[in-house]
Amino acid sequence: MPGHTSPYVGQEAIAVGLAAEVAHNDVVVSHHRPTGHALAAGLEPARLLAELMGREGGYCRGRAGKHQVSSLEHGFLGANGVVGGGIPIAAGAALGLQMRGTDRIAIAYFGDGATNTGAFHEALNLAAVWTLPVVFVCENNGYAFSTRQQDHQRVRDIAERAAAYGMPGEVADGNDIDAVRAAARPAVARARAGKGPTLLDLKTHRWYGQYDADDSLAYRSQAEIESYKAHCPIETFRARLAARGELSAEAFASLQREIETSIARAVEWALASPPSPLSERDRHVYAASDAR
Amino acid sequence: MSAVTLQQALRATHFDLMEKDPRVFVMGEDVGVLGGAFGITAGLLQRFGRVRDAPISETAIIGAATGAALVGMRPICEMQFVDFLYVALDQLLHHAALAHYASGGANTLPLVIRANYGVGPGSGPQDSGTLYGALLQFPGLTVLVPSSPSEAASLLAQAVHDPNPVLFLEPRELYPTTDPLPDLPLLPMTRARVLRRGDQLTCVAAGGMVRKALAAAERLAADGLAVEVVDVRCVMPLDQATIIASALRTGRLLVLDEAPRGGGLAAEVIALVAEAATASSRRVPLRRLTAPPTPIAYAPHLAAAAVPDSAAIEAIMRELAREPQS
Repeated sequence: MPGHTSPYVGQEAIAVGLAAEVAHNDVVVSHHRPTGHALAAGLEPARLLAELMGREGGYCRGRAGKHQVSSLEHGFLGANGVVGGGIPIAAGAALGLQMRGTDRIAIAYFGDGATNTGAFHEALNLAAVWTLPVVFVCENNGYAFSTRQQDHQRVRDIAERAAAYGMPGEVADGNDIDAVRAAARPAVARARAGKGPTLLDLKTHRWYGQYDADDSLAYRSQAEIESYKAHCPIETFRARLAARGELSAEAFASLQREIETSIARAVEWALASPPSPLSERDRHVYAASDAR
Repeated sequence: MSAVTLQQALRATHFDLMEKDPRVFVMGEDVGVLGGAFGITAGLLQRFGRVRDAPISETAIIGAATGAALVGMRPICEMQFVDFLYVALDQLLHHAALAHYASGGANTLPLVIRANYGVGPGSGPQDSGTLYGALLQFPGLTVLVPSSPSEAASLLAQAVHDPNPVLFLEPRELYPTTDPLPDLPLLPMTRARVLRRGDQLTCVAAGGMVRKALAAAERLAADGLAVEVVDVRCVMPLDQATIIASALRTGRLLVLDEAPRGGGLAAEVIALVAEAATASSRRVPLRRLTAPPTPIAYAPHLAAAAVPDSAAIEAIMRELAREPQS
C-alpha cells in the first residue's frame, strides 16, 4: 500500500445499517475513512483495493486513493481527505436531487471532529433553510485523531447541535445495527418525504489508530481499546441472530469463509492490476470540451 | 451589442442560459429577491424560480455547487466580491478543482462561480482583491477574466457549457462600460485574443487593464509606434502559444496587471516569454507594470494610485519600444 489507510473496523454497523435503509439510487458522501461506506454502497472490493494500491484498475485509476475515491455509478460521490469537507457537497447533492424533482436523498458521513468545522455549520444550516433531502450521519467514535471528544467540544451528544439548525437530532448506539437502522429509518423517510434533514449522532468505537501507522497508545490505553471488543457490532448482531435461531454456527462460519475468499480474490486481482503508465500522468487535469 | 454595458450583458446571458437549459440555476447571497448586489441576477427568480438566496455561507455555497453538479445540475454561484471567496477556497481548490483528475477522468464538474474583483473608490483593503494571480498554482481550475461586455457574454456562456469548474472574474470598474471594439469573432474560452496588431511591442493585459492597453496603443500609433495588444481572457490555464508567438514576433513584451507585484499573472507571462526567448536565442526586452506589493487603501486617491494608469502605461510603452531587441 503506497499511502496510509484508515481502517473502518469497529464502525461497521453504521455503514451497513444506513445502506440497509436507503434506496439503491440514493447518494453517499464519505470522509477520510471511506472503505466501509464504499463497500456498503456496492463498490467491488477488488477495484476499491486496487484504488488504495494506486493501480490502474482502481475506481479512479489510482489518482484518488482512500481520500478521494468515488464511483458515481454507485452513487458514491466521494471520500474526502479534508475533515468536514464533504458535508457541504452532500447538501449540494441533495439540492440537485431536489431541484431535479426526484425523491432521492443524500447521506453525509463525518466524524465527531468534523462537527467543529465551519463546513459542518454552514452545510447543516443551508440544508435546514432549503429543506434539503439529506441525512447527516455523525460517526461519533469519541476521538478527533488524538483529541477526546470531551476535550474538543462542550456538548456530550452532538445531536444537541441539531437544535441550532432547527432540525431533529437523534442519538443511537452506532455499534448496534438494529439501533442504527431504527434511527436511520425516520430520518431517511423524512428526507424522502421532502421534510428536510436530520442529524444522527451514532456512538461507536474506532478499534485501530487514526491511520495504519498510528497505534493510538499515545492517547488511549490498551485496556480502553480492549473494552471496545465487548461492543463489536458484528459479534453483537451474530449473537442476536443466533439467539433468535436465525443464524447457526455453521451458517456464520460459511459466511466468514465466503468473505475471506472474496477478499483473497480481491487482493489477487488488485495485485495483478498494472500501475498507470507514466505517459498518462498529465491526463484528465481538465475534461475535454469544444471551448478548450 | 455596442450599447450594452457589462452588467446588462451578464444579466442577459443569464436569462439566455436559464431559458435554454433547465439544469442551469443560480445561487448566492442576495441573488434572488434583491437581484444581486450589482443587479446582474435581477428578474431571474421571478422568471425561472431556479434562484436560491443563500445564507452568508460561502463554503456551503461552493460545496453545494459541487454536489449539485455531481448529480447533473449546472450551478452558477455568485460571490458578492471575490474577497468573499477566500473563506471558501478549500471547497474550490481542494474539492471542485481536483474532482476530474482525482476520479481518473470519470467525473466532470460543470460549475461556474462568478465574482467581481478589483479596486473601486472606497472599497478598502478587504474589498479590492484580484485573487487570480494566486490561482495559477491550482491545475484543474479554470479562471476567466472578461475585458468587455461581448467577451463577458461569450465567456460566461462557454463557462456554463463547460464540464469543468470555472471561476469567472468580472472587473467591477467595467460594469457600467460598453464594448471598446465591435464584432469580435467567437473564440474558445481558454484562448487569448489578439485585439490589435502591431510589430514593435506586445502588450499582454487582462480584464480592466485591456482597454487601457488599447487606449495607450492608439496614442502610440499616432507617433508611428505599432503595439500589439493581447487580451489574456483565460488566466488559468494560460494560452501560452498565443502569448509567446506574439512576444517573439514583436520582440518586446509589456505585461499589465492590476494585481500586486510579485508572482501571479505578470510574473508568469514574463517567465514564459523569457524561457521561449532563451530557447530561441532571442533578446526580448521584458517589462511588467503592476500594482505595488501593498494592500489597497480605503482613501480613494491612494487606492486609485495603486492601479497602473494610462499615463504610466504609455510612458513604459515608449521606453520599452526604444530597447534594442534581436
